[in-house]
Amino acid sequence: MKHEETIISGFGGQGALFAGQLLAYSGMAEAMHVTWIPSYGPEMRGGTANCTVIVSDEEIGAPIIRYPTCAVVLNLPSMQKYEPLVKPGGVLIVNESLVDIQSARDDIRVITLPASDIATALGNPRMANLVALGALAQATGLVALETVAAQLEAHLSERQRKWLEPNKAALQKGAELAR
Amino acid sequence: MAKELLKGNVAFAEAALRNGLEAYFGYPITPQSEALEHLSGRMIEEGRVFLQAESEVAAINMVYGAASSGVRTMTSTSGPGLALMAEGLSYIAGSEVPAVVVNIMRGGPGLGNIQPSQADYFFMTKTAGHGDFHPIVLAPSSVQEIIDMVGLAFDLADKYRTLVLIAGDGSIGQMMESAELPPMQPLRPEPDRPDWAIVGAEGRAPNLITSLYLGAQNLEAVNLRLQAKLQEIRENEVRYQEYEVEDAELLLVAYGTVGRICTTVVREARKAGKKVGLLRPQTLWPFPDARLAELGARVRGVLVAEMSAGQMLEDVERAIARQAPVRFHGRMGGVVPMVDEILADLDKLDEETR
Amino acid sequence: MSVAVNIPENMDLIYKYPDALTEVSTHYCPGCVHGIVHRMVGEVIDELGIRGQTIGVAPVGCAVLAYKYFDVDFVEAAHGRALAMATGIKRVNPDKVVFTYQGDGDLAAIGTAETVHAANRGEFLTTIFINNAIYGMTGGQMAPTTLPGMVTTSSPTGRDCAVAGYPIQMSEILAQTAGAAYVTREMALDMPSIVKTKKAIKRAFQCQIAGLGFACVEVLATCPTNWNQDPWASLEWAKESMTEHFPLGTFKMTDAVKALKWRD
Ligand SMILES: Cc1ncc(C[n+]2csc(CCOP(=O)(O)OP(=O)(O)O)c2C)c(N)n1
Ligand code: SF4
Repeated sequence: MKHEETIISGFGGQGALFAGQLLAYSGMAEAMHVTWIPSYGPEMRGGTANCTVIVSDEEIGAPIIRYPTCAVVLNLPSMQKYEPLVKPGGVLIVNESLVDIQSARDDIRVITLPASDIATALGNPRMANLVALGALAQATGLVALETVAAQLEAHLSERQRKWLEPNKAALQKGAELAR
Repeated sequence: MAKELLKGNVAFAEAALRNGLEAYFGYPITPQSEALEHLSGRMIEEGRVFLQAESEVAAINMVYGAASSGVRTMTSTSGPGLALMAEGLSYIAGSEVPAVVVNIMRGGPGLGNIQPSQADYFFMTKTAGHGDFHPIVLAPSSVQEIIDMVGLAFDLADKYRTLVLIAGDGSIGQMMESAELPPMQPLRPEPDRPDWAIVGAEGRAPNLITSLYLGAQNLEAVNLRLQAKLQEIRENEVRYQEYEVEDAELLLVAYGTVGRICTTVVREARKAGKKVGLLRPQTLWPFPDARLAELGARVRGVLVAEMSAGQMLEDVERAIARQAPVRFHGRMGGVVPMVDEILADLDKLDEETR
Repeated sequence: MSVAVNIPENMDLIYKYPDALTEVSTHYCPGCVHGIVHRMVGEVIDELGIRGQTIGVAPVGCAVLAYKYFDVDFVEAAHGRALAMATGIKRVNPDKVVFTYQGDGDLAAIGTAETVHAANRGEFLTTIFINNAIYGMTGGQMAPTTLPGMVTTSSPTGRDCAVAGYPIQMSEILAQTAGAAYVTREMALDMPSIVKTKKAIKRAFQCQIAGLGFACVEVLATCPTNWNQDPWASLEWAKESMTEHFPLGTFKMTDAVKALKWRD
């Protein structure tokens, strides 16, 4: 049975919410149940943004959880908050470009990768979310990489269209590093 | 129609439009504003009425006006806005026009915050305005259910000429989930407006929509009729969902977001060998009193979970009528209760009643 | 966050936080005008020496947390009700200085009745009215002051005045009330206009202290976040477009206000 409860977290503007939506779309495309809940607040900028995505073969009960089975942390505050909460046996994806501390956990799988640097090399640091999502898909096997790529194609906004191929490359690169 | 990934607020707004919503009036307030924003584009596209009011006081009275003309109309808001609507809600109830109001609850009292809450339970089920009345109150626990309940809300409002409230919370409003929208229904053509509606008295005696009855005898007669209608609603419209109650020894009672969280609690408790079941009210008014009374006679104990200080709790206690101990797990101020906390309280109840 | 600064002996301190402001970084977005206006109000309170006698009323809007930034007694009103609450405060504290600080949604939509009637009663109150043509806090919906054709999250095809009404000119309306003593529209979009706005704010406080009637300073401002503009562009846009619908100027100044001696 597939069932993952994932928290994706970063600074506002790092695309944590969009990466979460892509994961939810991908789960749906693979005929699973999905929920996506963002942290939400007043419009004023700054601070962190995170979302909780549950993808499951079963109907989803609690959409909000305390201990995720996976966490994707794109910046330091997110690392400090969620690293201790990942369930034993779970997966933690760390963007080491912006997180200069290391996880001390030996009961979870920690994948550390320079997501922002990779994204910058591919043309835009804002694609770090996709690098991390590629790593997550690969590490958990929750959804196929091709599914994510197809959903990206379907849901990238008109304005971002020119970034489709680099985004796909970012996904791919993240997956490779998680192998 | 295929399933889509839909945000609760957008989903109920689009569902309303597809159920023949002819006029929407509203005022922005988090965590509900996406509904207003969605309709600001879609209603205009469909050539229908969308108006951003200057306040919730104005919005509900615009709804009152449109409802008096016999069209499907609604507004949506959150606690501070609902509070401002209390006057209009009472007038709508008093003059018996059908209207739908969605309340996406947030933390209170006062300005509070914008996180999920269920602390408007008393307000919606018991004191939505001055005078003797209850709106029908529907409580969805998923994006699909809020879609379905919008359709139901309009049907019930029309059928009973009554006010229907939908009790959502910030989590349902903000959550995205796969769900299916209903097909587009046509608007009610003008000649088919109800015969009580005010549309111009050409060719018939004038209609009057009012809640003013000066003579005490007159107003009492109106109240008696209203109460008879409410009684009919109590008898016919109670809705709830049960989850693993057949052999349950401990019963959870929760609605909305907490209701769905409790389905996970039941699963986990069952894994640990505890016979736990869940009753999730889908109508908060009328309340599933009779079913709870039956179950109260069968179970060892009852645990009510809410995002409030214990509001539905009072209705559960009334229904269970001391047949079993009733305990409570509540979080306030926008804190959503987690599965492990509720499980811990279930354990306590289990021990206490063994 | 407090910043410790060491001043070399041969230098004078010429710029600092006004005493009436707390040394707290605000939550406002980069480029937002709210912070600038807070500073002006703070400086005026300092210059008039009324920090201990002043009571502020915060609105519901982006300035909802204004009480964190002012080092004076503060209350937080319900959305739109600031002037009603301020009336209650002033009537029982007639010797104190009471001001409200409100956005356009707060003052000119949900609170229109309270605003007009406080002015009409000639309440001895000072109102700072930030007009940024949008609902900032709730995510950029149309405000009563939104310009014709302006795209917002609740006017996705642009404000259609035939349906949604026209930008409401509150200063012009308030100037009609007999109780208003001083009503002016300024902007805080460049240095000269900021200097001028501060003078107006000072006059509005003095008007209250002298017991001359209701005073309101409308300040044209920006909301780069919800206008989807960078801060610089938003200032230019506001100067060009907003002043077209909201002409600057003093709409009411009684002779008594004119005769006020400036306590600089
Ligand atoms: C009764 C009520 N309705 C709605 C809201 C939601 N709300 C909070 S602030 C706001 C509008 C803010 O806009 P404005 O006054 O222009 O101030 P700005 O944020 O732009 O500074 C609204 C509608 C509320 N808090 N209370
Ligand atoms: S949303 Fe607009 S008004 Fe509010 S703080 Fe940001 S820029 Fe200022």
